[in-house]
Amino acid sequence: MRFTLNGKRARLDVHPMKRLLDVLREDCGFTGTKEGCGEGECGACTILIEGMPVNSCLVPAAHADGARVTTIEGLDGRHPLQRAFVDHGGAQCGICTPGMIMAAVALGRKPTLEQIRVGLAGNLCRCTGYSAIYRSIRRAR
Amino acid sequence: MLRDEPTLTPLAGCTDLYVALNFGTLKDTRFLDLWRLDRLRKIELRGGALSIGALATFTDLIRSTLVRKRLPMLAAAARDVGGVQIQNRGTIGGNVANASPAGDTLPVLAAADAVVVLQQAGGIRRVPFDGFYTGYRQTVRRPGELIVGIEIPPVRGRQFFRKVGTRAAQAISKIVMAGILGPATGSGRTARIALGSVAPTVVRVPRTEAALASGASIEAVQRTLMEEIAPIDDLRSTAEYRRRVAANLLARFVCGASRG
Ligand SMILES: Cc1cc2nc3c(=O)[nH]c(=O)nc-3n(C[C@H](O)[C@H](O)[C@H](O)COP(=O)(O)OP(=O)(O)OC[C@H]3O[C@@H](n4cnc5c(N)ncnc54)[C@H](O)[C@@H]3O)c2cc1C
Ligand code: FES
Ligand code: FES
Repeated sequence: MRFTLNGKRARLDVHPMKRLLDVLREDCGFTGTKEGCGEGECGACTILIEGMPVNSCLVPAAHADGARVTTIEGLDGRHPLQRAFVDHGGAQCGICTPGMIMAAVALGRKPTLEQIRVGLAGNLCRCTGYSAIYRSIRRAR
Repeated sequence: MLRDEPTLTPLAGCTDLYVALNFGTLKDTRFLDLWRLDRLRKIELRGGALSIGALATFTDLIRSTLVRKRLPMLAAAARDVGGVQIQNRGTIGGNVANASPAGDTLPVLAAADAVVVLQQAGGIRRVPFDGFYTGYRQTVRRPGELIVGIEIPPVRGRQFFRKVGTRAAQAISKIVMAGILGPATGSGRTARIALGSVAPTVVRVPRTEAALASGASIEAVQRTLMEEIAPIDDLRSTAEYRRRVAANLLARFVCGASRG
């Protein structure tokens, strides 16, 4: 398969039904994307395909063929959201964090609280109780 | 391909299939990937009917001005599905084909008298929604047949959709109701009501609809509904609870503030 991963062209020889999550972690060495539940419930594995958040544990490799894929590594550690999660306690154990940030990236700049609630409804966090996450997103700039 | 090998399992957004695959509960080993068939993603008006391609995702339904205008209760149902990640991949065709009694779009399509468009090498056939499901997770779809779209005739009246689950998103719904209440005229009004998660398949409730149409009191209509549905007693909630919830939803719908 060929696809654009974090702005760079990539070519891989993988089984078309392999989970994109595993392709990213095992074949591309991008381990920032986490696995939580493996069944679409927790959002820890959230990445962007063509700018839209998806659960990479439910996406076959074949569906990324020819597509533009963005993972947490694509933000280069310099995205305002990444800074804000550190500054405002949006991350504790960190398992949910890459997924939270990718879902938040898709909301664009200055989302309302309601947009954040809806946009992050598919992302679970066992640690923070969400308010620190919402605060981080609202304060990011 | 399906003609030569009808046992291929169609694969769309994979939000049901990959859960089964990741859990090792899926026996199938050969798949037919539909995801790239963009032609099956169209939402358009055709001969007066709203025609929705099987591959339209929940996000496509939410964003479509046609859906919002003609069938707002379908947009409401799509908004209540999973989180955005699921909405971005899950398709209406997958929801219908998967045949879960808790599928959120199913009561909407049942109430709207939708038609399922099936295609195989031999040609196309159209199956009315109320004849599509034959039992728990059973449909009339034959091996080798694909759902290519859903057609919804024009709907007149007020639309309603409500899902009552344990969580706002992500929950497998406990009870889902969709309804259409026609304008009141001298000879009464038409009512079409469908429920999910109260029986092995999505169901319409003709006796309740008739009671509503006859202008019976809301209490009488609620009693009819509670007699008519036979919800499943399972781990998620008791049958009695579901009956009560259904009756409450009905009252909210008929007495009306809520729009689809
Ligand atoms: C975390 C999570 C939350 C969810 N929440 C909800 C919810 O709130 N409400 C709800 O209703 N559902 C929910 N679902 C279930 C699922 O997202 C929907 O049923 C979705 O519509 C399935 O569509 P899909 O395209 O992903 O189907 P797939 O997984 O690709 O396929 C599902 C089944 O349908 C068959 N199929 C798919 N397309 C066709 C076609 N065109 N013709 C013939 N057969 C076909 C496949 O062979 C397979 O058997 C949830 C799932 C997850 C993982
Ligand atoms: S690991 Fe993919 S949603 Fe939980
Ligand atoms: S920070 Fe631990 S799960 Fe969210």
